[in-house]
Amino acid sequence: MIVAERKPLDEIISMVQDCGRILVLACKGCVTVCSAGGEREAEILASLVRLGLQKIGKKDAEVLTGSLVRQCDKEYIDSLDQYKGQYDAILSTACGVGVNFIANLRPDEPVYPALNTTFYGGSAEQGVWQEMCAGCGDCVLHLTGGLCPVARCAKNLMNGPCGGSVNGRCEINPDTDCVWQLIYDRMGRLKRQQELTASAPIRDWSTAGHGGPRKRVREDLTV
Amino acid sequence: MSFTPDIRLFTCHYASQQSCTEGGTVLRDLNFPASITLTRLVCTGRLEEKDLLRAFEDGADGVYVVGCPAHSCHNVKGSQRAAKRVASVRKALSELGVEPDRLRMYHVERGLHPEFIAAGEEMDALIRRLGPSPFCRKAA
Repeated sequence: MIVAERKPLDEIISMVQDCGRILVLACKGCVTVCSAGGEREAEILASLVRLGLQKIGKKDAEVLTGSLVRQCDKEYIDSLDQYKGQYDAILSTACGVGVNFIANLRPDEPVYPALNTTFYGGSAEQGVWQEMCAGCGDCVLHLTGGLCPVARCAKNLMNGPCGGSVNGRCEINPDTDCVWQLIYDRMGRLKRQQELTASAPIRDWSTAGHGGPRKRVREDLTV
Repeated sequence: MSFTPDIRLFTCHYASQQSCTEGGTVLRDLNFPASITLTRLVCTGRLEEKDLLRAFEDGADGVYVVGCPAHSCHNVKGSQRAAKRVASVRKALSELGVEPDRLRMYHVERGLHPEFIAAGEEMDALIRRLGPSPFCRKAA
């Protein structure tokens, strides 16, 4: 899932302080699962925005909440019509994709991001999410036992571990496992450690966004 | 300038048993501050962050939660959950430039204990010292 977290409140308040009617718009997709921008978080944020605006004397501002199934599909953005006439600006608690979609599809409506979109990750335990994928566009997981060195190595090394790996921990952050240690250990358990002696070819990073925004097209679906 | 605070208390069924004994007169007899409005919950674990914030939106100058001791909650982890939510809202209050002490969490044993009264007296004194809520009052 896409993992995100709420922006600092002063940043959010400064974005919307001149708006008269604000729709705090939740997304029921990834940000609900990572407890950053679902309906519950949108209600909390709406309350905080009301209080923040009251504190700076904007007591006439109206802040309401709404939600869309997802903010990354055109048909769901269309359902924003249910709130038509009720808001002057949208404060989206979706990831950056959702904010972009609204900006693209509602060219005359102000939309502001309530979240910082942080990474692609999974839920390690309740309340803890960890980055697992960098969306680099050229998966090497078949070579590394399913563990990603691009997302999980601080140096994105393709031939780790580096000299900073100490007792299975990363020198950048000792709380973080060295993913290359994990890869070696796992490949050993799978009796595939020999495969790691092969030289990794120079990586082509053009799939990782270095060639500009990426797009995927499935011709069979574009009817 | 005289100031009578508006303090909201959310407390669980077990920590506030004395509030409903003998027709509710026990708290008054023990000089429980009159500035405090008590809302009883089946468990403080039921309390949501939005409930705490709504109290401030409704004009509270201070809010506090009284639940079971952290490791002997009747519902196992209810008061721990409440404490986490209180901590989260305290952080948000700080972000808004408001004293986080306007919101506090207390853990007390179930039944009639002086700690329940002491928590109320402490909150009453604290909020009187901090003064009115910096959030604009809701229109009367």
